[in-house]
Amino acid sequence: MSSALVTYLLRLADDNLILGQRLGALVSRMPDLEEDIAVANVGLDHIGQARHLLAYAAQVEDAGRDEDDLAMLRDERSILSSVLVEQPDVDFAHTMARQLFVDAYQVPLYRALSQSSDQTLAGIAQKALKEADYHLRRSATWVVRLGDGTEESHNRMQAGIVEMWKYVDDLFVTDEVEAELVAAGIAADATALRASFDTTVAEVLAEATLELPDDSYQRTGGRTGFHTEHLGHLLPEMQSLYRAHQGAEW
Amino acid sequence: MVMAPSVPSFDGRSPDEISFEEICDAVGRVPDPEVPVLTIEDLGVLRNIEQLDGKIVVTLTPTYSGCPAMKYIDDGVRSVLAEAGHTDAIVNTVFSPAWTTEWMSQEGKEKLVAYGIAAPHSVSAAPTGSVMFTRRRPVACPQCGSTDTSVISEFGSTACKALYRCKSCSEPFDYFKEI
Repeated sequence: MSSALVTYLLRLADDNLILGQRLGALVSRMPDLEEDIAVANVGLDHIGQARHLLAYAAQVEDAGRDEDDLAMLRDERSILSSVLVEQPDVDFAHTMARQLFVDAYQVPLYRALSQSSDQTLAGIAQKALKEADYHLRRSATWVVRLGDGTEESHNRMQAGIVEMWKYVDDLFVTDEVEAELVAAGIAADATALRASFDTTVAEVLAEATLELPDDSYQRTGGRTGFHTEHLGHLLPEMQSLYRAHQGAEW
Repeated sequence: MVMAPSVPSFDGRSPDEISFEEICDAVGRVPDPEVPVLTIEDLGVLRNIEQLDGKIVVTLTPTYSGCPAMKYIDDGVRSVLAEAGHTDAIVNTVFSPAWTTEWMSQEGKEKLVAYGIAAPHSVSAAPTGSVMFTRRRPVACPQCGSTDTSVISEFGSTACKALYRCKSCSEPFDYFKEI
């Protein structure tokens, strides 16, 4: 059970860690100063959630690794984030499409985990739920604004939705590791989250005059460490400093 | 001009001469580094102080998961406790129940407005419904009091604030978001 719990915590943590890194890299590259601040704050929320989940994973694992080791010393095959969060920021519309999908997934996820029989996980989720709710408000507002905007913004937002949709199924991939924890009342049942996700996305896209692709290639594998090429570029940027100065105090 | 609260020193008195009440008072007055007019007691970040077997145990809760002020607050609390001679004090951080702006004291809300930050609405009175299309409640400008204001960005200078603009007096201002 404890090894399954560590795996599950890493999956939850890594979504936040990798997305937080992506968003942090966008600071100073947003369309305006206010969005620079917003993207930094959303990224910070994700990094904060990752820290608490990684610290708890380290405690359950009890193998002498701490949260920093887990974030900075694992290689690509050991990172268990969904392939969605590592997708690159082609333009602001792609960034917002990715964020909408993550937010629409994390709101029901954290709501379910708030009731987890694992009290530590429930506490982290109760905190994170308020943040995810707020993130969704921002991402949904932007998707509607761009989708229901000019022809140019509509087309780019539609392109962002179509591109990011290829990686959405990976959020909901589940296996025996999770089944065991769902049965114990610890983990959220990923298949049950999908309905809530689909409803939220449909509501936002209708308002935004955007459409989901009828039939889309789906790339999965992130939960077992099979990533797209982009994670391999992101990790060195995130980890090199820590690896070069191991044991340094900041 | 509103001044940041000062943390009292214990004038080098020995730990025996410093009462538990004085320590509670001093810990409660540790300021929030990002909104320095507020103390951690005003904010509701300080959840509890107690004495267990002679050791002082302080319980804190973060406002947001990634709040960068937590380390500073933790250090501030430890330094007050050390100054009072309690180097063996324990400072815990808990997540549950999750922090809410409902815990902010009335005094804290008044200090915020005087500092130029609009105070949070009550969470319990929040309109329900779909999160992204919820009608916003008007936020009054802390400078002129007008409710003819609009959102510039969902995030202001820190995670806990949103950025607004007043259409009456043209001043931009921060709104401490209700969560």
